[in-house]
Amino acid sequence: MSGFHEEDPLGKSHDWRLLLRLLRYLGPYRGSVAASFLLILGMAGLDLVGPYLTKIAIDRHIARGDGAGLLAVATLWLLALMAAFAVRYGQVYLLQMTGQRIVFDLRREIFAHLQRLHLAYFDRNPVGRLMTRVVSDVDAVNELFTSGVVTVFGDLFTLCGIMGVMLAMNWRLALVTFAVIPLFFVVTNWFRRGARESFRETRRWVARINAFLQESLSGMMVVQLFRREERNLTAFAEINRKHADANVKAIFYYAVFYPAIDLLAAVAIALILLYGGAKVVAGTLTLGVLVAFVQYSERFWRPISDLSEKFNIAQAALASSERIFQLLDTSPLVVGRPDPVRLPQVRGRVSFEGVSFAYRDQEWVLRDLSFAVESGRSLALVGATGAGKTTVTSLLARFYEATQGRITLDGVDIRDLDPRQLRSSLALVLQDVHLFSGTIASNIRLGSAVSREKAEAAARAVHAHRFIEALPEGYDTEVRERGASLSVGQKQLLSFARALAHDPRILVLDEATSSVDTETEQLIQAALKVLLAGRTAIVIAHRLSTIQDVDEILVLHKGRIRERGTHQALLAERGLYFKLYQLQYKDQEFRPPGTEAPLSA
Amino acid sequence: MPHLRRLLPYLRAHRHHLAGGLVCLLLTTLLSVATPWVLRLAVDDLTLRVTQRKLGLYAGLVVGLALVEGVFRYLMRMVLIGMSREIEYELRNDLFRHLTRLPASYFRDHRIGDLMSRANSDMSAVRLVLGPGIMYTANTLATSVGALALMLAISPRLLGLAVVPLVFVSWLVRYFGRRIHDRFEAVQAQLASLTAVVQESLAGIRVVRAYVQEPQELARFEAEGRQYLEGNRSLIRMYGSLFPAVQLLTGLGAVMVVLVGGRMAIAGSISLGEFVAFAAYLAMLHWPTIALGWVVNIFERGEASMGRLDQILDTVPEIKDQETEPGPPLQGAVEFRRLSFGYGGEPVLRDIDLSVPAGSTVAIVGPTGCGKSTLVSLLPRLYQAPPGTVFVDGRDVRRIPLGELRAAVGLVPQETFLFSASVRENLAFGLPGDGASRVEWAAQVAQLAGDIAAFPQGYETFVGERGITLSGGQKQRAALARALAGDPRILILDDALSAVDTETEEGILSGLRQVMRNRTTFLVSHRVSTVREADLIVVLREGRIVERGNHQELLALGGFYADLHRRQQLEEEMEKTA
Repeated sequence: MSGFHEEDPLGKSHDWRLLLRLLRYLGPYRGSVAASFLLILGMAGLDLVGPYLTKIAIDRHIARGDGAGLLAVATLWLLALMAAFAVRYGQVYLLQMTGQRIVFDLRREIFAHLQRLHLAYFDRNPVGRLMTRVVSDVDAVNELFTSGVVTVFGDLFTLCGIMGVMLAMNWRLALVTFAVIPLFFVVTNWFRRGARESFRETRRWVARINAFLQESLSGMMVVQLFRREERNLTAFAEINRKHADANVKAIFYYAVFYPAIDLLAAVAIALILLYGGAKVVAGTLTLGVLVAFVQYSERFWRPISDLSEKFNIAQAALASSERIFQLLDTSPLVVGRPDPVRLPQVRGRVSFEGVSFAYRDQEWVLRDLSFAVESGRSLALVGATGAGKTTVTSLLARFYEATQGRITLDGVDIRDLDPRQLRSSLALVLQDVHLFSGTIASNIRLGSAVSREKAEAAARAVHAHRFIEALPEGYDTEVRERGASLSVGQKQLLSFARALAHDPRILVLDEATSSVDTETEQLIQAALKVLLAGRTAIVIAHRLSTIQDVDEILVLHKGRIRERGTHQALLAERGLYFKLYQLQYKDQEFRPPGTEAPLSA
Repeated sequence: MPHLRRLLPYLRAHRHHLAGGLVCLLLTTLLSVATPWVLRLAVDDLTLRVTQRKLGLYAGLVVGLALVEGVFRYLMRMVLIGMSREIEYELRNDLFRHLTRLPASYFRDHRIGDLMSRANSDMSAVRLVLGPGIMYTANTLATSVGALALMLAISPRLLGLAVVPLVFVSWLVRYFGRRIHDRFEAVQAQLASLTAVVQESLAGIRVVRAYVQEPQELARFEAEGRQYLEGNRSLIRMYGSLFPAVQLLTGLGAVMVVLVGGRMAIAGSISLGEFVAFAAYLAMLHWPTIALGWVVNIFERGEASMGRLDQILDTVPEIKDQETEPGPPLQGAVEFRRLSFGYGGEPVLRDIDLSVPAGSTVAIVGPTGCGKSTLVSLLPRLYQAPPGTVFVDGRDVRRIPLGELRAAVGLVPQETFLFSASVRENLAFGLPGDGASRVEWAAQVAQLAGDIAAFPQGYETFVGERGITLSGGQKQRAALARALAGDPRILILDDALSAVDTETEEGILSGLRQVMRNRTTFLVSHRVSTVREADLIVVLREGRIVERGNHQELLALGGFYADLHRRQQLEEEMEKTA
């Protein structure tokens, strides 16, 4: 929840650095920005026209009974209005479109950066948090453009313009009118401080309400079990009360500020009447000027009165930009070499040489692992949960970097290889099948490298064709929300088809443990044979048929290789494998597969 | 506005505030329309060359009016907006109270994030109706009536001409407002689909990497981003032309006043002062015409938000006290009679018959998803079992007052939930006071006392986000202590020691044996070591009881339980070989 975040005051040099960095994103659109800036200036000028023309109308025409001249004034005014319309439209359009383009650029940059970041980053940062960066934080930055923080400059120009015109019309009267300005600053300053403080206070209580609500709703079962409903309600009402009180306090500042500004405007008008009126009586000031002064002084204060609100928005935007930049400054730990090696042809020999790995300091997941799989041969990894099987495959795909030792493909260290070549020469089939929104076909093809025919052929080969054809629109059936409409077994077959369609030299397979019906189980077994044929395969095996057929089995225990050999040899050893085998696979001999839910070890 | 009608009782309760605030609002308006009239008098007198004294009077009037108006404006804001905050407070309390009464199934079916957003954004939208919505509606009406009346007094003809553009403004704001709303919805939908792409790509990052899909993902993202950009372009076009158009139209009114009003002033049908005052009134109408569209928007959004709040408020709490009968204190004899139960679809429990004498220990084992947790959660009525199926001391649980029933049942759930509060507050969660001695005793039994002693501030140490992080095992032991502290007649451990290592578990169990002696205890577990000493062990599979007996009997039976036992022995051996 971004609501839990408390903002720091702006004005530290740190914030200026953030602002400067944000400004860099304006670079590509400097033309639009400059044009929009000019338009703001023009708008400020055009806004000054009304009262001045009123003055002319009164002094030159009404006072002299010149009805024809009024038409000229009206025409001029009309032209100014139309110009203002065009300028205002253009300004809003340019500025907000620039904002939207920057939103696009920022999002694109964050997204692209995320695609490069190290997988460990995703282990630490839940998807929800990253989504907040890409969506809400970028939106907060855009508020700078949409809520008119940028047009504050325009308001300031208007202010200066009004002052200039007043001074030009009658500098004495202008100075008398300006007498209230110091008071105005006093009031605004009082308001800004009070409102900001009370605004923070309300934010604090909003955060407390949210935290309490979040906790109570998540733990509602416990609350109800322990009959804490009433006491919880009392505690909630207390926070809620404080929240309401803080808001009432904030209302106070607004309730005083607006009337106070109106009062100051009234004082200014009174001064104009008193001083200017005397001059009019004395004949040294025209009535038109006096009326223009009254009209100007009424619109004098409006722009500045909502400054503090814009200030708050700016702060929120900077806080968000800080979080965005933090993400962008995270360096992708797995980096390719500047001059990566490209193998002319990948044969598929994989070897691990003394590989150790720890996610955190000294917490070893793998220790001193050495093995080799010749091109076209197969290897099974078995072991209890937490033995390090998945880590082996993650290291091979270079999701993580080995802490010690090296991994080679066809004799070349994978760190020296072009990462794209590495990954496109292996296909990973994970336990938890991830489907993208789109059609069945697009989920097999993933991008455009694979033709439709090839995708269908692959589906046929892994026996997925039949169930796909039975779907309402066959290969063009939409996969809804992460494949909710497909069964577990169907999703697995689909992921087999995906792997086969990409025709990798090396297949890395994490067999699913989940139980499926007998028929699907048989399909999966048959599909596996097709999938493994002729490829280098590394399999985390949970199925008897798979481990019996592989060339070598590695038994991992707590990150080390404890036993290795073929199925028969290992059984004969009567060691760890023998026990594991009894635990995990033995049932498959006398029970039809799929009737037994696997035990969580 | 059928949903907003629900707010009427709240407004009725605050009718004095409402009435007072509206009176202040009327006085404010009255005084604010008086100021241009003073200006009119002043200008007229100035054309006749008045005395300095009279000027002083006018100046004093302008300031005086503003001062009194300011006081009422202040009161208006404090009373009306304050009232909206007060009603928000009450409404939020009512919402929370209602949520507290909804059953566990409600929180399983609704995402917490969604409920949070209703309690936040929707509540804010409703509050805007009650405060600014009501205030600006009344203000717009009063100001329009006042200004129009005085303009009418100056010149009906001029009024007719000058107000024509303003009518267009209101129409424009409504018309554009609707289109902007539609395009805004479209843009929001595009943002949602952009969000979905990001979500999907990040959730499936491993597949993306493994199949070198980064360029395609980026392209997909860019396509969505471009669409969003284009959607925004059309929104900005619409939005960017609305406010300039409003400015243009209101300006047209002013031009009309200069042209026609000026001629009328020359002809002498209105005075110069009236001309100036008329222009001032026209400027006064400027804001209400814009506000009209805005206010309508506030009400529309408020109505939609109140609808979403109503969805919560109108959910009838399914589990509550109904036809309860008073009875003697509960002893803890539990019986399930021909119980079948499901969450709507397939039944999760089928035909369960189980009788547990007070004070005995029953263990429930079975594969994941067999219905173990469901069975025990029916006892404290977290879910509603059909009538005549679940009994405590021979009384249908539906007829035992909920408070009494839940006080007698101590359930330690599978997923531990602790609150961000001190250790003591967490352990004393079910107790009336802080129950120091009970808490410490419970911590002893749950083997947590040693850990607590090592915490920086002992029992006062804060747990959770703002405090220390407990390990999974510590959390489970805390949850156990919390349940024990309440001294329940029936104790249920729903796989509650899964994160505790076997050795500590052994310690806890031996401590518990003393406690369990005179309580009915349900042990749900995967571990044979946990359940082997129970008086009765039942095996659940696919919602049915398939085996029942004590440890020896079940081993002899050679079924699921015996198999489980064999596997766990093997696992233990494997651990030792490491």
